[in-house]
Formats: sequence, C-alpha cells, structure tokens
Amino acid sequence: MIHFVLLISRQGKVRLTKWYSTYSKKERSKVLRELSGVILTRGPRLCNFVEWRGLKVVYKRYASLYFCMCIDPDGNELEILEIIHHYVEVLDRYFGSVCELDLIYNFHKAYYILDEILISGELQESSKRTVVRSVAAQDSLVEAAKEETGSTISNIIAHAAK
Amino acid sequence: MGSQGGFYQSKEFLDLVKSIGEARSKAEEDRIVLNEIETLKRRISEPDIPKRKMKEYIIRLVYIEMLGHDASFGYIHAVKMTHDDSLLVKRTGYLAVTLFLNEDHDLIILIVNTIQKDLKSDNYLVVCAALNAVCKLINEETIPAVLPQAMELLAHPKEAVRKKAIMALHRFYQKSPSSVSHLVSNFRKRLCDNDPGVMGATLCPLFELIARDVNSYKDLVISFVSILKQVAERRLSKAYDYHQMPAPFIQIKLLKILALLGSGDKQASENMYTVVGDIFRKCDSSSNIGNAVLYECICCVSSIYPNPKLLESAADVISRFLKSDSHNLKYMGIDALGRLIKISPEIAEQHQLAVIDCLEDPDDTLKRKTFELLYKMTKSTNVEVIVDRMIDYMISINDNHYKTEIASRCVELAEQFAPSNQWFIQTMNRVFEHAGDLVNIKVAHNLMRLIAEGFGEDDDNADTKLRSSAVESYLRILGEPKLPSVFLQVICWVLGEYGTADGMFSASDITGKLCDVAEAYSNDETVKAYATTALMKIYAFEIAARRKVDMLPECQSLMEELLASHSTDLQQRAYELQAVIGLDAHAVACIMPSDASCEDIEVDRDLSFLNDYIQEAIEKGAQPYIPESERSGMLNISNFRNQDHHEASSHGLRFEAYELPKPAVQSRIPQTLIASTEIVPVPEPMYPRESYQTTMPSIPSDAGSAELKLRLEGVQKKWGRSTYTPATSTSNSTSQKTVNGTSQGDGASTVSSMRETYDSRKPQVEVSHEKQKLAASLFGGSSKTEKSPATGHKAAKASSHVVEKSHVPKSSLEVASEKATPAQQPPDLLDLGEPTATSTALQLDPFKQLEGLLDATEVASAVNGAPAASRSPDIMALYADTAAGIHNKNDADLLSGLSNPSVTNMPGTTAMPQVTQSSSKGPNPKDSLEKDALVRQMGVNPSSQNPNLFKDLLG
Repeated sequence: MIHFVLLISRQGKVRLTKWYSTYSKKERSKVLRELSGVILTRGPRLCNFVEWRGLKVVYKRYASLYFCMCIDPDGNELEILEIIHHYVEVLDRYFGSVCELDLIYNFHKAYYILDEILISGELQESSKRTVVRSVAAQDSLVEAAKEETGSTISNIIAHAAK
Repeated sequence: MGSQGGFYQSKEFLDLVKSIGEARSKAEEDRIVLNEIETLKRRISEPDIPKRKMKEYIIRLVYIEMLGHDASFGYIHAVKMTHDDSLLVKRTGYLAVTLFLNEDHDLIILIVNTIQKDLKSDNYLVVCAALNAVCKLINEETIPAVLPQAMELLAHPKEAVRKKAIMALHRFYQKSPSSVSHLVSNFRKRLCDNDPGVMGATLCPLFELIARDVNSYKDLVISFVSILKQVAERRLSKAYDYHQMPAPFIQIKLLKILALLGSGDKQASENMYTVVGDIFRKCDSSSNIGNAVLYECICCVSSIYPNPKLLESAADVISRFLKSDSHNLKYMGIDALGRLIKISPEIAEQHQLAVIDCLEDPDDTLKRKTFELLYKMTKSTNVEVIVDRMIDYMISINDNHYKTEIASRCVELAEQFAPSNQWFIQTMNRVFEHAGDLVNIKVAHNLMRLIAEGFGEDDDNADTKLRSSAVESYLRILGEPKLPSVFLQVICWVLGEYGTADGMFSASDITGKLCDVAEAYSNDETVKAYATTALMKIYAFEIAARRKVDMLPECQSLMEELLASHSTDLQQRAYELQAVIGLDAHAVACIMPSDASCEDIEVDRDLSFLNDYIQEAIEKGAQPYIPESERSGMLNISNFRNQDHHEASSHGLRFEAYELPKPAVQSRIPQTLIASTEIVPVPEPMYPRESYQTTMPSIPSDAGSAELKLRLEGVQKKWGRSTYTPATSTSNSTSQKTVNGTSQGDGASTVSSMRETYDSRKPQVEVSHEKQKLAASLFGGSSKTEKSPATGHKAAKASSHVVEKSHVPKSSLEVASEKATPAQQPPDLLDLGEPTATSTALQLDPFKQLEGLLDATEVASAVNGAPAASRSPDIMALYADTAAGIHNKNDADLLSGLSNPSVTNMPGTTAMPQVTQSSSKGPNPKDSLEKDALVRQMGVNPSSQNPNLFKDLLG
C-alpha cells in the first residue's frame, strides 16, 4: 500500500501532497521536512529508494520536480517507480507536455488525475487511456456546468441591468 | 488536449501562487501565507458568496493546507460545498474534504448523509466523486451507513463505478474486516468482470483476504494462474500495455497473490510453475517495468514450494541485477538474494564480491539493504565479522530510527550466535555504549539475567569467570563520560550482585564507584535507585560474610541526601539500606542471599497462609467472604450498568431509523451475566522489580516471573547448552578444547576447507586482500587466492580461539589465526584431493564480475560528471540575472520543450532536458508558447525565478 504521495520541487517547495494513511498535521509537516531534506540532497546515480522510519520512499526526479511515494517495506520498489511514471505520463497526456508550471497553477487537476489512478493507496487503473477518458468525462461536465452558470450569471446581470 | 481550462482562476489567486513561488525564504513564504489566511478568513464568512468564488476560496484553502499551514477555519465550508447540487461545485467540495479531513475528524458525520444521497445518484460522475470520498473518509463507525449502497454499486453498468466500489469495499475490509466478511463472494464474482480494470482492482482486496486466510482461497489458484497466463499472452486490450509489456501491474499483483497461495503448498505450487517460468522467459529485462515483474517473479519463486528450474532462472536474474550498473537494480538484487538464500543458501557465494561492493557503496540505502542481507545470512561462523561491521556502521550514523533497528539486530545476532561469553559481553557493551538509550529495556534485563544465570554450563567456574570479566569491563567503562541510562542500570546491577564476589575488588572499591555513578548522574532517578540497591547488596554481602562494614564518607553523604529525596522510591531505598546495615549477619543473609537473583520461589496465590487468621476471625463472628459473582442482591444494579456500557461500546452510531421499543428486557440477562464476569477484574500484583529486591526476601521469584515476560527462554536455547554438542572437532586441530559453541564453528570450517581447495587453483586477480578477507569471513570462505586458506579459517578458528584465550581483542585475533595456519593446514591438504573443474569455472566468475563493475562505474561516473558540471554554471547564470535574463531563458525553455524524445518508452530517464538537442515532439512548441503567452497575459512571470518551471517533466 502507498502511504502518501508527495511532489516537491528542487527548491524544496511543495507542489502536491496526498495522504492515504492517517497523519496528523504535525506529522505531515514533519514528514515533509524530513523527506525533502533527505531526498533533495541525495546525489545522482544513487538508488531511487530511501529507507525511512521502517518504510520505504521511492522517488524519481522529472525535470525540477521530485515525485515521491512512500510504501511498506515489503513493496516492490521498481513497480512504484513505474506507477510514478504512469502518473507522469497521464499528466503529460492531459496537459500536453506537462511542465512544473502546469502543476503549480492546476494542482487541483493533478489531484483529480491522481484520484483516478490511485485510490486508498492502491493502483486502481493501469490503463492510461481509461484514466484520461474518465478525467475528460468529468471535465466535459464541468465545461457544461460552466456554460450553464455563465448563462445564469448573464441572466442575473441582465436582471440587474433592468 | 492542451492545457485544458488554462488558468481560469482569478488574478488574486495567481498572484498568491506567484508570490509564493518567488519567496526566497521559508519565513517570507510563511508571511505571505499568513496574510492569505487572514484574507480568506474574512472573505469566506461573508454572506452570499457566489459559488464560483467560493470554489476558488476552497482551492486556495487546499493550497494553504498543502504548504503546511492550518486551514481548519474553512473545513466547514468545504463540507457545505459537498451538499451542493452542481457537480462542478460538489467535486471541489469532495476534493477538499478528502484532502483536509482524516477519517477520525468530527465533521465527517456531516458528510455521511450527502454521501449516502450521492451514491444513489443517476449521474455516474457524482457516484464516482462520492466513492472517492468514501475511500478516504469512511471509518469503522460510519461503514454501516454506506455499505448497502456500495454493495449495490458493484453491479453498476459503468465500469468506473464498479472499480471504485470494489476499492471502497476493500477499504472497509481494512478498517473493519468483520463488517464485510459476509461479502467475500462478491469479490470472487468481480474477478470475472468483463472489464480488465475492474478485475485488476479486485485483485487488491483479494490479496488482502488471502494474506489473512490462505486456506479458504486455494480453489482460486487455477483461476489466478489462467488469468496470469492470459495476461502474459497479451489477451488483454492494448490499452493495458505499458512500455510494450502486457498489463505489468496486473501481472505483479497476480504474482504476489500466487506467492501467498503457493507458500508451503506443493500441490498449488505445481500449478504455477509453467506460467511463472513463461514470464521469466518472456520478460523484457531491458526496461524497468520488465525488471519489476522479474523481481516479483523471484519473490514468488522464493515463496512457493521450491522448483529447481525456477530457482535457477531466479538466480540468473539476480546475478544480472547485481552486475548491473544501476543502483536500483543492485538494490533489488540484494533484496532478492536475501529472499532466495533462505531456500538455496549456496547461491550467495557466487555473489559475495558484489555484495561486499554494495556494503562499501557510498549509497546509504544500498548499504542498509546489504546489512539486511548479512543479517539474514548470519551463522555462528561469521557472526563476529558481521556484528562488528554492523556496530561500526551503527556508530557512524545519526538516524535514531535506524540506529535502534540495527542495534536490536546486533543484540539478536549476538544472543543467537555468540561464539563465547566474553565476546558476547564485549559486544553488548559496545551496543549499549553507543545506542544504549535506543535499545529496548528488555535487552538490558536479558543481559543481567544472562550474567546472573551463566550460560547454561554446569561449570560454575566459567560463570564466575564471566562475571568477573563483566565486572572488570564495567569498572573500566565507568570511567567514560556520559553513558546511557540503560547501560548504567546494567552496570549498577551487576556491580551490586557480583562486584565483590570473586574477591578481586574490595567493597570500598565498588561502593566508591557506585557513589560516583549516583553523583555523576544525579538527574537520573532510575540510575540512582539502581546504585542505591547495589550499595545495599554490597553491604549486605559484607555483613553476611561477617566482615566489618565501613561506610565511605561519600556514601554517607549520598544516603543523607537520599533520605530527604523528593522521590519516595529513592527515600525508601535509602531507609531500607539503613535498616539492613543495622541487622545482624544471619538476618541479612536471609534478606539478601548472595547470587540468588535467579532462584525460583513459590507464590501462594490462594494466600493459604492466611487461613488460620481467617478462621479465627470467623469464629469471632466475622462475615465470610462472598465472591462478587455470587452476590445476588447486587446483581440487578450491576447488570444495568453493564448493559449500558455494553451497548455503547459495541454498536457505535446508528444510521437507520430507530425501531419501535420492545419489552424484551428479560431476554438480555444471560448475555449481561457473561459480560459481568468478564468485567470482574482479576487482580494480579505487578510491582517494579527493584522495589522487590529491597523490600522482601522474595527477590528471586520476582525476578523469575518478570523475566518470564521478557521472553528469554528461547534465547538460552539458541546458544546455550542445547546447541552445544561435546563432540571434538573432526578435521581441525585435536588440541582444542571445545567449550561453548565451538563445535559449530568446527563443523562449518570442515565445509569451508573443502571449498577452499577449489579456489586455490584460481588465477590471481587484482582484488584487495581486505575485501577478500571480508568475503571469506562473511561467506564461510569460498573465494580465495593462494593466501586464502588462512583467512578462510579465520571465522571458524577465531571462535575457538576466543575460547582458548579468553581476552584476545579482535585485531590480534586475525594475526594469531594467520600464524596458526600451519597447524590448521593438514586437513585442507587432505581435502585437496577432490577439486572439480566445474566449480573452478564457477568461482572465476565473481572476480570478472567485480572488474566489470569497477570499470563500468568509473566510466559511467565520468560520463555523468561531465554534463552535470557543464550544466550547473548555466543554471547559476540564469539565476544571476533576473531582469535581463528573461528572454534568454524563455528561449532555452522553449527549446527544452522542443527536445522531447518519444514519451512512450523511457525507463531510466532522469529527465533532464538537453538544451542543445532539438528534435520536436508533436504539439510541444505550440503548447509551450501558449502557456508562456497565457502566463504573460495574466501578468504572472514566474520564469524570472525558476527557469525549470517550463521544462517538460518528461523531456
């Protein structure tokens, strides 16, 4: 099981945090502090894994962003690396050559996409196409809703103008 | 698809993100966020906020929370948002509550109703959003509220819903297995779902169910095997392919399940051999995902009933991993090796040099993994080397968590395989000295008991010697500053019990030291208490031996201080000490018998010695005692109380309407009767151990009973008398007296000497002697050059050596063993008669392997170093000129956007875009331009701070 997912930039800025196990707010910031200290300082060509408090953290760097997932000690680290990559590929498909900036301003979308890939710490869907489709389905509904609200707003404005 | 929706948030929000992005320090960031919190607090409580605006506020709250600040003032608004009719708003609400709330938060109860409603919605997207929330928020108490709906959704026409419903039920099972135990058949049914996604998701709960109860699922072996076969044969839709592998994530999950089902079950395992063998063959070992599947295959093979062919394939893969340049693969190789050596221990030998390289690797992760492997393969022949290395490493690190772990491993190994008592004591001393406050207190109790009981020999002499050496080493160690509390406790206890036992040290020596301890660690009451009790014992032994007792002046002043101590415990000990000193020799000998800490005494649980007293009282007209369960008059009242209690604890919240009240009070009585018997407390006296020692002559029994809880019985068996066989060594020296565990060493050395003979024919290769020695001592000495027979014997001989001469330090041991080689040689020469050609070939391997590794790493690091060096000044330059550099930078960024090699297959990329290279990938340049333009349009220019922001993650 995956206990949490973190996205941290090279400068140590947090871009996304998702907690599947229960952590109090204090613990969360402690985890972030400790792990970004450990991971950002690791040299190149070392393992992409860090043993941490009896658990294992698998991380991978994409451009200036570190994607980290924390798993049980008996998990398959290589698989987790690929789950991270799977996520990045979906992000890439969704945003179209995704960059850090996309995630900074659309972090909520990154969350929605993550929700379609992982659920309660398990991989729920390994087909990129399915994930992208279901996110798109939600978006189309949102678009529709937006138009709707748009029209009601214009109605309101029209009313107010009278 | 493009950057959908773009940056449709308000300028305000974009500014916030931008300013945080530009913050130069954590303090600045905090200041900005606190400002934002103030703004939001004000705004969010305004009346009639339009939904759109509210939605943005909530997202801003998520942002704040993500940065580690407290947004709890807005939680209730997020909860309210989930009630909204529009999916757009609702979805944001659900996202926010799943991020804000842990499952034990009070607000969850306000969402349950909404979730219930949404799970029934016609719109499957609403249902999906609700199910996402269910997975995160529903706790044991609220499961009954949503369980029926979640059940129904298993048959929903949309596969996305079925999938999430399965995962929700899985979550319920994790939270409270009993709540869904009747639904297991549904999981089995979903395994046959038409949609591979649903089937894949079903594997998660099944894995967990099988892990808890393997035997109920043996019938599924055939199904799992056939699914795995079909997956491996690419029968699933292409959409599930990942880097040219057919549905690897599903394969991995299935292999995990098969590993559970086949564990220790020959029949079930036989069904799996073919398919696992197929996967071994088919897997693409050049991609990371292929290796992930291969690794899982190894795990499976090492778990199920062994099959020689599969083990061979697994060993091949492991050697490929270990020879790889990638640290990741080496790590996995070490891990896999640790799994496989349980079944075929001989496999470790061909990889010994690779393992030692990993042990000395600068990468801490790899190092730790290797220690884990060594821990798994520790034997009595190599325990000294391994534990020594572990302790050295333990001393060198700061990570307390890992320090604790490695310390407890050292202790465990030392207890299990210690070649001699002296070595054991020395090892424990080192562990305690450097990690004393981190090890479990039980370890300390264990050590005290071992010293007290001796090591299972009938030979009292050896025990006495051991104790004297312990006392001696402790007196020496006491000179060092700042010892951990736990260690001091052990020292005080041992000094108290055995400090004067052998007559080497006088009572005033020992009491002086004890007083020093009490003074130096005057903040530590436990240590002071131990020291006081130890003082009392020393004086008691003196009095019992009818020697004159002179209390040292520092001891007297210590007592005076303790008599007035704030701690009642210390006070009591001091008073007891005073009282004991005043008694005559006979009484003292009864209270404080010498060396009796391990003797058993009987505890009379029925307190039968009070019978006469009771009889007397009853005769005088006292009421006889009635057990609580028989007190009839009280029954009703206590029943009612119990009933209330019972209901409250077992039911929790109810989410359905209340039933009509029924007059069924009577039927409950039997049930509550049972409950009431459970609640009757059975008092069992539990006192801290030391207080017993000071108060009553019943020390021994208490020590005994306390130690029963310390789970020590096994320890003694492992390396005490039971493993000891008095057979003298067969092939080795005849002059050795075997004492304590040497026989094991000898047995192993016979084996190793046979192996050595193969190796002596090997050509010399440039491998440092240091490493070879280490390898030899770790692996029982199989890979060697000419010199190796001596080192090969080191481990085995060292252990016997220690026994012969009790106090030889480690380094001189090695020398000694090497000198002694001639004496040991003859058996080796005898064995030389049977070298085989095949094994020579096999043994050649590790050296080549090592060479290969060295070369490769050197080349690779050189290659790696260059671009890093050339790149860094570049970035620095970009950072340097903030204003003028913008244009340049954007150009560079765009280029990097252009340079995006195919996205589909890049297993090992670290994704640092190469600026110079410019092959284009579809819509990239356009997208990047659009993004850039959009950002500018919004008036946000984060590029000045961080040029990386525009870099393609996959570039």
